[in-house]
Amino acid sequence: MVDGLLRAVRLVGAMTIDGVWRIGVGSRFLALILLHSGLSFRRFGLTIRKIFFSGVLSVIIIAVSGLFVGMVLALQGFQTLQTYGSTEKLGVLVALSLLRELGPVVSALLFASRAGSAITAEIGLMKATEQLTAMDMMAVNPVARVVAPHFWGGVISMPLLATIFSAVGIFGAYLVGVVLIGVDDGAFWSQMQEAVDFRYDIVNGLIKSFVFGIAVTAIATFEGFDAKPTAEGVSGATARTVVTSSLVILALDLVLTAFMIKGWN
Amino acid sequence: MERKVVDFWVGLFVVAGFAALLMLALKVGNFGAYSPKNVYVVKAHFDNIGGLKARAPVRSSGVLVGRVDAINFDTKKYDAEVTLTMDGDYKFPTDTTASVLTSGILGENYVGLEAGGDTENLKQGDVIKITQSAVVLEKLISQFLFNKAQENTSDKEKK
Amino acid sequence: MRLAHPSTVDNLVEIGDLHFAYGPRTILKGINLRIPRGKVVAIMGGSGSGKTTLLRLIGGQLKPTQGSVKVDGEVVHELDHNGLYRMRRKMGMLFQFGALFTDISVFDNVAFPLREQTDLPKSVIRDLVLMKLHAVGLRGASNLFPNELSGGMARRVALARAVALDPALVLYDEPFTGLDPISLGVIGNLIRSLNDALGATSVVVTHDIQESVKIIDYIYLTANGAIVAEGTPQEMLASSDPLVHQFFHGEPDGPSPFHYQSRPYADDLGLRSGHG
Repeated sequence: MVDGLLRAVRLVGAMTIDGVWRIGVGSRFLALILLHSGLSFRRFGLTIRKIFFSGVLSVIIIAVSGLFVGMVLALQGFQTLQTYGSTEKLGVLVALSLLRELGPVVSALLFASRAGSAITAEIGLMKATEQLTAMDMMAVNPVARVVAPHFWGGVISMPLLATIFSAVGIFGAYLVGVVLIGVDDGAFWSQMQEAVDFRYDIVNGLIKSFVFGIAVTAIATFEGFDAKPTAEGVSGATARTVVTSSLVILALDLVLTAFMIKGWN
Repeated sequence: MERKVVDFWVGLFVVAGFAALLMLALKVGNFGAYSPKNVYVVKAHFDNIGGLKARAPVRSSGVLVGRVDAINFDTKKYDAEVTLTMDGDYKFPTDTTASVLTSGILGENYVGLEAGGDTENLKQGDVIKITQSAVVLEKLISQFLFNKAQENTSDKEKK
Repeated sequence: MRLAHPSTVDNLVEIGDLHFAYGPRTILKGINLRIPRGKVVAIMGGSGSGKTTLLRLIGGQLKPTQGSVKVDGEVVHELDHNGLYRMRRKMGMLFQFGALFTDISVFDNVAFPLREQTDLPKSVIRDLVLMKLHAVGLRGASNLFPNELSGGMARRVALARAVALDPALVLYDEPFTGLDPISLGVIGNLIRSLNDALGATSVVVTHDIQESVKIIDYIYLTANGAIVAEGTPQEMLASSDPLVHQFFHGEPDGPSPFHYQSRPYADDLGLRSGHG
């Protein structure tokens, strides 16, 4: 009994130490990426390829999810607002939810599972098949040549994806709210325009998605680079990317929202 | 994949992203959804417009017939001058009554029009003369309370 | 130094008293060897005898725990990042499974080091790549992708990539593993002919005797992290040393035991008293 308890305590301790250790190594890795970022911009073609890899290939899932989220928001919002007889506020509700929270957060979560996992798998497989070592032996730094373009590709893609998500989401809400349910067209938009502030809502949302983009791609590239060069190693790293980045996104969202909320009042 | 194809798709992606941003910025900043082809503009003065806002609907018998284009404060008459953009398909007599109404109890404000009996119709640039201000809830309540209080004091005086 | 000098000419690689350990696991225990310029030298030994580790130490991917590797007069582990990369530009390495970049074509794979390390115009790079591919007989495959190649072809492409920059030193990590007999002969001949044509020096890590003795000038035999024998292929084949004899004649048991260190068999099967 005592033995089991002791083992549990030890396990928690080991996991904590391991977690802190990973944060440390991960941060150092991020610094390493930034240090070796010159090539990503000098030869921007490398980064463009990675924007295709993580951005363009994620557009479909982001747009479709955005449409559905916007539609559901409109349905739910309408039901609730109807109780207070203020259905014309539907546009406000949807736009603020999407721009401030759901756009950046949901698209970052989707980005983590679609692009983040793909980045980890690609880098992990390149490591497992010695492609990274081969590059290193050719006197080409794999961090500068492979990891940093992936990182910047993701960081550039993320705000664009979040913006597309929000825009498509508002369009979806318009379809359900105005076209289907019949909320007044003018009120839907005019109330939205009254309530939404470019600086505090749209720009803050962009800042959020930018920060999430840094977090997700840093985690994804780190996990890939750090993966054990085996099939299990790569699959484990891929799963860890999705789990870790999802948690980090939600935690960062709380922190960022707390900072930004002052401006909303 | 071919370099040019990649560049094309990435270009399209970036354009889509900025188009979305533009749409958010503009649609959320200013967007005229109700735009009939032929319109005429009339003005109306109100003592109090309550929570009426630009682009609020103008309705007659509940039908959308126009939109509030602009709201200004008239510094000569010291009241609110509301510019209404009316759908050219709907004509109203010159003695039409304009009132600031509220949809529901806490809903948005809109301008309600009630047609009069004049044979002449409102034209571009005309002013609606008969107007009714918004009912301000606070005033209504304080008036009610004031009346109650007065009733009570007069009751006491009788005793 | 215990071991004799294989040749009196200038040595491109000199390894002195090299020790290496992964944590508590000692891999190399005091390796001394010289690789003269222009020669093809094989480092042989059974699986797990530390051959690949030795190659990685020469390439500077690992740092020795003791001793040093000198390439072209420079101590590899003392070089900084830039120095190491400067040195690696003089090296080519063929990896065990080719390590081709799977997302780009054969042509782009061979062009990769040229594009990264030189500012040559496109047309020159194209000509150079086609020359290298022609040398390995795969000029016609330049538009294929790595997943469309057979094992032997992939190895040849990787070879073309390894020598793309005309390196002074080419390192081969198990170049013969997993190839059919024809590909085996092709790769063997290529290693020799490229070495002579480029005026390079080659280090071949292998456990394939048949193929390597045909093309190799000198052999170092490793066992348990140390050099146990050295000599020309003829000397090695004729050696009476039991370990050398066992290795070069492929005998299953001998000084290098068939069984990994273990408890007595009967103990593990529970045939002794005291075990359930």
